[in-house]
Amino acid sequence: MAKLVGGICCSHVPAIGAALDLGKTQEPYWTRVFSGFEKSKEWFRQMKPDVCIVVFNDHATAFSMDIVPTFALGCAAEFPPADEGWGPRPVPVVKGHPQLAAHIAQSVINDEFDLTVVNKMEVDHGLTVPLSLMFGQPEEWPCPVIPLAVNVVLFPPPSGKRCFDLGKAIRKAIESYPEDLRVVIFGTGGMSHQISGPRAGLINSEFDKAFLDSLAGDASYAKDIKHVTYMREAGAEGIEMVMWLVARGAMDAKVEEKYRFYTVPASNTAVGHIILENAA
Amino acid sequence: MAEKAIPNTPQKEYADIPGTFVFDADRSAQGYAINAFCMTLLKAENREKFKADEAAYLKQFNMNEEQTESILKRQWNRMLELGGNIYFTAKLGATDGLSFQQVAAKMTGMTQEGYAEMMLKGGRSVEGNRSKAEWEKKNG
Repeated sequence: MAKLVGGICCSHVPAIGAALDLGKTQEPYWTRVFSGFEKSKEWFRQMKPDVCIVVFNDHATAFSMDIVPTFALGCAAEFPPADEGWGPRPVPVVKGHPQLAAHIAQSVINDEFDLTVVNKMEVDHGLTVPLSLMFGQPEEWPCPVIPLAVNVVLFPPPSGKRCFDLGKAIRKAIESYPEDLRVVIFGTGGMSHQISGPRAGLINSEFDKAFLDSLAGDASYAKDIKHVTYMREAGAEGIEMVMWLVARGAMDAKVEEKYRFYTVPASNTAVGHIILENAA
Repeated sequence: MAEKAIPNTPQKEYADIPGTFVFDADRSAQGYAINAFCMTLLKAENREKFKADEAAYLKQFNMNEEQTESILKRQWNRMLELGGNIYFTAKLGATDGLSFQQVAAKMTGMTQEGYAEMMLKGGRSVEGNRSKAEWEKKNG
């Protein structure tokens, strides 16, 4: 049977991708950020996942305002990196896992999560920056990836609790898949940031720390945070943190925090990162 | 249609957040054309066409005059107020060679250097920036 071996959450700031792609990782500004992910790379080398499920949001790349799915699961065999206006990131094509993805789609829909199935999708920095942070700059990504796009662009996104519960349903789906696969789930986005309007630049480290603490615990505080609270306290775009709750919901009620990293800023954003394993 | 106030609409609970244009269904309906225009800038050939004659290019989209003006004059906050979304308008920024941080700086009214320095020092504090009342007190 497939098994969920870990959950990781991290920010997906586009400037991190640009810094990597333009060879700026040795600049002091960026070594501060990238040094926080060295341990994560090591964790992945030891963990050797067969598949990663990456919960991310599309930033007006695959989805315009024509169609805005709340949850969209990528079931294709591959997902090309998108041109977001600066040219596509020079990263490998993301290979999917259509069989497991189809199984997850069926399982969670039967569990009353009416998600959208996507068979063709280009992926933007929301998905590829976390992969770069965890895997560096390889010729090929080390394992197939199942993208789960969550709408956080058009208000309202799904609630934190809904995201958490979807995570639980995904866990159930993973554990009912017959092949022995080691699966890691990513929650991405955040942490506090606002990139729009006169209040842009907002950062709230106290909020972020309480959120990380809650994820490392039972997440009962984090999953009930209201949308307006995210926006007021963690910035209009800080609401992306609901996506971390999908990953947390997929994990056991009791988790062990393996690693944590937090720094301000990367461009406009507080960078947070946590690695969780199910408590033994 | 979308621009008419809907009678008896309850106050949105997020309307009190200062300096913030929440991109909700009303703004999405109002700004569909702005965002549709921005999406076309994902293609390099369209970026070239737009740069060659901005006003002519914008005529393809069903924007009102204010929306067109906000784009031509690069009024970044006004675009959001009229229904643009930051992830879409950032593509206009990219077409102009601006990063997300440069676009953000413009919306705050700060210089790029001043904004970058504020971020390096830990960003804009949430203290005094939670509600419009706090902003009014500060500026009053």
